[in-house]
Amino acid sequence: MIGEIDPTIIHLTVFVLAVFVGYHVVWNVTPALHTPLMSVTNAISSIILVGAMLAAGPAESDWGVWLGAGAVILASINVFGGFLVTQRMLEMFRKKDKKGSA
Amino acid sequence: MSADLIALAYLVAAVFFILALKGLSSPLSARRGNLFGMVGMTIAVGTTLTITQNWTLILSCIAIGGIIGSLVAQRVQMTAMPELVAFMHSLVGLAAVFIAIAAVNNPVSFGLPELLPAGSKLELFLGTFIGAMTWSGSVIAFLKLSGRMSGAPVIFTGQHVINLLLAMVMIGFGLWFFFSETTNWTAFITMTAIAFLLGFLIIIPIGGADMPVVISMLNSYSGWAAAGIGFSLGNSMLIIAGSLVGSSGAILSYIMCKAMNRPFLSVILGGFGSDGSSQAAGDGVQKAYRSGSADDAAFLMSNADSVIIVPGYGLAVARAQHAVNELAEVLHQKGVNVRFAIHPVAGRMPGHMNVLLAEAEIPYEQVLEMDEINSDFPNTDVVLVLGANDVVNPAANIPGSPIYGMPILDAHKARTVIVVKRSMAAGYAGLDNDLFYMDKTMMVFGDAKKVVEDMVKAV
Repeated sequence: MIGEIDPTIIHLTVFVLAVFVGYHVVWNVTPALHTPLMSVTNAISSIILVGAMLAAGPAESDWGVWLGAGAVILASINVFGGFLVTQRMLEMFRKKDKKGSA
Repeated sequence: MSADLIALAYLVAAVFFILALKGLSSPLSARRGNLFGMVGMTIAVGTTLTITQNWTLILSCIAIGGIIGSLVAQRVQMTAMPELVAFMHSLVGLAAVFIAIAAVNNPVSFGLPELLPAGSKLELFLGTFIGAMTWSGSVIAFLKLSGRMSGAPVIFTGQHVINLLLAMVMIGFGLWFFFSETTNWTAFITMTAIAFLLGFLIIIPIGGADMPVVISMLNSYSGWAAAGIGFSLGNSMLIIAGSLVGSSGAILSYIMCKAMNRPFLSVILGGFGSDGSSQAAGDGVQKAYRSGSADDAAFLMSNADSVIIVPGYGLAVARAQHAVNELAEVLHQKGVNVRFAIHPVAGRMPGHMNVLLAEAEIPYEQVLEMDEINSDFPNTDVVLVLGANDVVNPAANIPGSPIYGMPILDAHKARTVIVVKRSMAAGYAGLDNDLFYMDKTMMVFGDAKKVVEDMVKAV
């Protein structure tokens, strides 16, 4: 070994592989569900809630903690709003029994 | 929890996010996919709670946000989905900026060294400016989509030069922040402010018709912003989740551009699709067309074997979705094969029309995409075009036409075409539509909802 790998390079590896996964998974999404795709990805990108929680985490509060708390509120709106509105939309995409006979 | 255990829990959450997107490959598995997404988020948040101290503060903030989010999700109209999505993108962007500022202020709480290493500074710089641009761009998109701001493009001379200069100045301040030995707040804040301004300037020249691209693009940005924060915090889960969203938005932008036959760059540079562009189209010569009543149209459709309905956004504007469902049902009872043909840009965001039809309880099996149904038009007795225009304009097949090459629904190949429209005005592209003047076409003028209701009565 030449030495220890910089963590940034490891993150870059994860990043590039994740972009490939995303690319292939998203092309398989049926076009009829592109709007739910957008709202669910919206909810998923609010994963930065994790970063917001860390910012709001320290016990000794300074203004950074309050900024973090603000970010927690913003991201939570998205998490709940995103997943629930997706669920609401997907509920509509059901097979209808009344016409199923034809 | 040990650091390894936390990383493993985050990995599980990341896998759930991938499964969530995978579920959307079919309406049958989509609800389970969404559930996977929720499970992933719960694992991620629960794990993070174990390494934070301010539980009361954090949980009450989550509760506040959760209540607001749930209320919004319950109340939003399906026609307003584009606005909601733009609004939510703006929140992700702003949250990313807040987190980055907090990280510069107190790196230790994120597990970073007291004095930020160069790599972290670069990553924070990326996360902040993408987040800031996402926020201001989404705010403009939200205002335009909700009609609080005119959808017309705002253009002034030297626009692109100014944007380019600002971008360079922003990068300059970023470099200054990057090379300063201590925390250089002046550079960081100035850079953030310019990023906010840039997001605003980049979106204002893009017109209403291009909003489906803009909204997909901002979706992509919000993902990259999350990935950027993931890099700063050294958190693989954030990087994975952010990249999934980023690539999803990028693919949707590509699909939308292709459906409008517009190069991505020209959409971004803007200036197309002003609301007031419906100037007197064509060569000025009054061409003859045939018009009929809703009763005539109903007669044609009830005697047909197959009918394809082509809905456009005009249908949603007239709130005619439920009336259309009724029409499809009465025709169905008469033994007519009724199907719907959806153009990728039929709504105001990708897949919007599908949601609007699903809301009106039209079974999704009857709703087909352009590629699935285009070859069936020549064997179809009647095509009913409701509130759509450019997406059925055969001019797209004529070299030299401004929309040449745009993929269209081949409505003109059907045996009979019925077009319901308020007037003969041109569509977004400002083009005359030859379909309206064909011998086999019958125009029915009036409000889409009223006309369709009359058709239901007459069938």
